[in-house]
This record gives sequence, structure tokens and C-alpha cells, in this order.
Amino acid sequence: MSSFSLSRLAAMLAKEFLQMRRDRLTLGMIVGVPVMQLFLFGFAINLNPKALPTAISIDDPGTFSNSIVAALENSSYLDVIRETKSPQEARRLLDEGKVLFVVEIPENFSRDIVRGAQPDLVVETDATDPAAGSYALAAINSLATTALRDDLVGPLAARAQGPPPFNVVSHLLYNPESITQYNIIPGLLAVILTMTMVLMTCLSLTRERERGTYENLLAMPATPLEIMIGKITPNIMIGAVQSTIILLVAKFVFNVPMIGSFGLLAVALAFYITANLAVGYTFSTIAQNQLQAMQMTMFFLLPAILLSGFAFPFEGMPVWAQWIGEVLPATHFLRIVRGILLKGNGFGEIWPNLWPLILFMFVAGSFALARFRRTLD
Amino acid sequence: MSGNLAIDVSGLTKHFGTKIAVDHVDIAVPEGEVWGFLGPNGSGKTTTIRMLCGLLHADEGQGTCLGYDVRTQSEQIKRETGYMTQRFSFWEDLSIRENLDFVARMYELDDRKAKVNSTLDRLGLVKRQNQMAGALSGGWKQRLALAACMLHSPKLLLLDEPTAGVDPKARRDFWEEIHTLSDAGLTVLVSTHYMDEAERCDRIVYIQNGKLIARGTVAEVIAQSKLFTFIVEGEDVRRFVQRLQDEPGVEHAAFFGAALHVTGLDRDALEHALAPYRNESGITVLEAPPSLEDVFIHLQEQAQ
Repeated sequence: MSSFSLSRLAAMLAKEFLQMRRDRLTLGMIVGVPVMQLFLFGFAINLNPKALPTAISIDDPGTFSNSIVAALENSSYLDVIRETKSPQEARRLLDEGKVLFVVEIPENFSRDIVRGAQPDLVVETDATDPAAGSYALAAINSLATTALRDDLVGPLAARAQGPPPFNVVSHLLYNPESITQYNIIPGLLAVILTMTMVLMTCLSLTRERERGTYENLLAMPATPLEIMIGKITPNIMIGAVQSTIILLVAKFVFNVPMIGSFGLLAVALAFYITANLAVGYTFSTIAQNQLQAMQMTMFFLLPAILLSGFAFPFEGMPVWAQWIGEVLPATHFLRIVRGILLKGNGFGEIWPNLWPLILFMFVAGSFALARFRRTLD
Repeated sequence: MSGNLAIDVSGLTKHFGTKIAVDHVDIAVPEGEVWGFLGPNGSGKTTTIRMLCGLLHADEGQGTCLGYDVRTQSEQIKRETGYMTQRFSFWEDLSIRENLDFVARMYELDDRKAKVNSTLDRLGLVKRQNQMAGALSGGWKQRLALAACMLHSPKLLLLDEPTAGVDPKARRDFWEEIHTLSDAGLTVLVSTHYMDEAERCDRIVYIQNGKLIARGTVAEVIAQSKLFTFIVEGEDVRRFVQRLQDEPGVEHAAFFGAALHVTGLDRDALEHALAPYRNESGITVLEAPPSLEDVFIHLQEQAQ
């Protein structure tokens, strides 16, 4: 055995640095991933989300209602995007996930306050993501004592003293016990599928190129569509198996409620899986080797976890991050799967998130086919 | 020979970035002939073959392969051409039979099973048919690759350095096979670095820096070179090499086995350079026709 040689070590180091420098994509990742993480974690993620979309249904217009609306709007936690007379409409907005809160001012609200009957102000909360609304809910609760302070003067001054003039009654919908798993487990379906589908597809074509079998494949009379469908179909099956496993575990281990239609979920799953496969296929036409394929998958996966609303409340993110999130298929599928499982959404409610998924699938698919070369050029 | 051309291309050109890989190459191979495609590494052989079978688009040039336009009808060309890549390009994680079966299905062959079986039988791989292709040795991989690209009974075979890294016996068997196929009417274009293989071809073309600079039968290419060669043999000829190389008129002095080939364009100058060695005891100096290798070394050195 020869002894440790510094000059040999120097040679080894020089070789490693040379090779590292030549792998541009890896080098890009070394710089890109931390920067991306810093920006995403630093700017986009907010565990104390504010300006949450809220609808108010007013069954008793008047001074008190106006003051409550004003107080809600003044609260930095809520953003009143809709005032309506119809509780049904407000509820529909909640079902579709357009708002996280519905505040209902019931009939005879003013009369009951004047009488000192302490009417109920009902707050319905979308509790699928228990973390998203907890601060806002606390803010609403505090309104009971402050919102009407300026109105309770003169003959009503007595109401400003003693017990609050009205009660805040909150209903946690879809996930009344605020069980985090109910939110996370369906979300994992979206994340796990993105990870495996993009990676598997990306690797399968890159592997052919790396091993030289790609040239052979191209020399034979196979068309791009045949190759693409042939490459993607086995992965669709893997996706189906994975989905089944995740849903079974969700149901029997975590007792996640499953209210909606499985048929509808299967349709959405099919589009979601295909959209991810198309992304993987596109990556595979760019990546030079399997390592780069893995890195590109990571680059796609990171926003899918952080900006989709999976790990952190979507509404808490700044607008630019929400825009990026809206582009990702994971964001839309996350809403669909939570909507179907926890809210019992039907086709009508998931359509606003289904069409972006389908659009994404077609754009990514066309891109993949266009990038595909029948030659080695 | 019917006189039809299996390959008939002219002005074939391919750029990679600013580098010109193939520079206006003309090749016309009559049906049923075996042509050798020679040239140094990186001279453009592989690129030319890939353009012929539609794996690369030619930047310039036109022509036909098996009567199909190389620019627009690569699908038809692929169906009737067998292309054996330089590097083993079958699926190492599929068994021998599975590889053959896959190829047969790609070409939508009738009677697939029988064709695969007879191929396995002919290769002598029936017993090993379920082994992974990756487990085969270099020579067997090459035989499998040839059999696989013959499976769809192509009319044209493009072989890119098929015998690189293969032992002499396997190489010999391989060429037996090529000639059998050629006798049956198949046209073959085979790139190689081996001179003995070049000599087994009906004609050779020599390409260098993307340009085709010599073509014809081996004898014609040697004659075209206008070279003269003297063979110096004897004890310790090794010690003369350096001195001889520096002599005026000597293009190169190179060993072929134990014999030293001294080659140049000017016969008198060669004679003059060699005169002192004729008198050395135990040394013989004899004029001989230049070998193909002498010609290629000469062509390659001229280009530098």
C-alpha cells in the first residue's frame, strides 16, 4: 500500500473540480435551488396568512350590518370579496373554494341587539386547511366586542357595557375537528404523483439516450407518437396504483372523509397524471443524462410542494407567488382532490380547477411532442 | 449486378455548430456490393452513415438510398435498411429473445415467432435465449446486433465499425457472414479501421476531415497514391526508425509487424536515403508495392 500523497490528492481534486465545472446544469442547480428556496420560503410562505377571501351574507341591512362589514374589511386578516343577500350563494362560494369565510348577518340582527338579546353572528369557515383560517377566526371573534362600539351610544350605551352585544358562532365546515391529516393526506396524493410521474417519465427516455439504445429506436420505423404513448402508458398505470394505495391508506389508516364521487376523482386523476407525464417527457427531451433528469424533476417538485397550497396556505402567499402557483397542475389538483373528498364537490364545483389542468396537459403534451426529434440532430 | 445504385448521394454536407463534419461527400454504391468506409476517428464516417439512414438531416446535398430520397423519405429507407450502431445499442436489460422479438414487432414482421426462432437457431443462441443481452461478451453482442438488424430482411446494411473490439476469430466469422449476405444480393456499407477488412471490400472510400479524398478498389487507391515503399528487415532495424524518418524524401517509416516500411513519393530520394543501410550486415532492403495502410498513413499525414 502506498502512503498518502498530497500531490495525488491535488490531482484528484483538480479532476473533480474540472468535471464539476463542466456539468453546467448541476452547477446551475447548486446556485438555483438555494436561491429558489430562499425566495420561496422567505417571501412566499406565510404561516400567518392575511387578507383571506371572505363573503358576507346580509339578511338584515342597517347601521349595525354596515359597521360589521366595515370592521371586517378593516381587519387585515379578511378581504371581503363579496356581499350578498343570499346565504346559498355565499355557501356556494365556500364550496368552490373561492372564499374561506362566510359571515352571515341573520334576520332581525339589529332588533335583537337593541333588545339586548345577543343575536348570533354565524361564521362558516372552510376548515379543510385548519392552519389557514385560525388567526383570522380569532380576529373575527374579537369583533364582537369592538365592531359596534361607535354605534352603541345614546339610549344604547348600556349595551356597550356588560356582555358583548352579539355572539360569534363559528362553524368549521368540511373538517369540523380541524384534523390536519384530512388536509395533508389528500394533498400528498398530488405531491407524490407529481414526483413519481415526472421522474419516471423523464428517466425512461433519458436512460435510452444515455445507453445509446435511443439511436437504435430511432433507426427503426417507430413514430414519435408511438414512442411517447408507449413510454407514458406504463407510468399512467403506476400512477393509478399509487393513487389507489394512497387513497386506501387515507381511508383506512387516517380515516380521511371521502364524501364526493370516486368516478369524478378518477377523471381528475387521469388528467393530472397525464399532465405530469407530459412535463416529464418534455424534461427528458432536454436532459442529457439521468442525473440531470433528477435535478430537473426536483426543480419542478419544489414549487409544487411549496406554492401549491400543499405545505402552506395558498391565500397567505403574495400575489406573484399565487400566480406561479396557479400555473402548476399540483395547485389545481390539490383543490380538486380536497374539494371532492372533504367537501363532496361535484363536477360544477371542480370545473374551475379542472380546465386549467386540461389546458396544462395539452400545452405540455404539445410541447413534448414538438421537442421530440425523430433524428439525432 | 443489375447496375442499379443502392446508395447514390452527392454533395452530402453536415455542420455541427461552426464545425463542418461532412463536407460535400458523394457516394454511389451499386446494388449487391460491399463497400468499405475508411478514415481516421472523427473524420465523419458515423455522421455520413446516420445521414444515409435518416437519423440526421443533411444540411446540403441530395440523393437516394434504395431509390428513396434521403431528405424526405427516411421512413421508407428505415424500413429497408439495417443499421448497426458503433456502440451496442440493444437493450441490455432485455433477454436475447426479447430483443429480437421487439425488433421484429417494430418492423411489423409476419410470422414473427418463426423468424425469431430461426435467427436464434442460426446464431446458436437457442440455449441462451433467455439470458440478458447485457451479459453477452463483445463478440456475441456483435453477432446479436447483426442478426437483429438483419431480421427484417433489409436490402441495405449500414455497419458502423461493427468489428471494433472483437476477437480475430469472431471478426473472420463476421466477414464470412457479410459476404454470404452480399452474395444473396444485399448491399453493404461498412466502416472500419482494419486494413484486412478493407481489403475484403469490393471498393473502398476514404474520408478525412469530412472530405472524401480517395475511392476505388484497393489496388486503385494504392495506385492513385503514387507512393513507393521499401521494406527494411533484419536485426535491430528499430534503431534506424528515427533517423530514417528525418531523411529527405521519406514520408514516413513505420513498422508492420517486424518489418519497417519506408514510404515516399520520390523513388530516387528514397533510394538515396536507404543506400547506407543496404550495406549493413543482416539487413535487407527490398522494394515492395505499398500496402493500403501505407497509403492511409500517408493521406493522414498529408492532411496535418
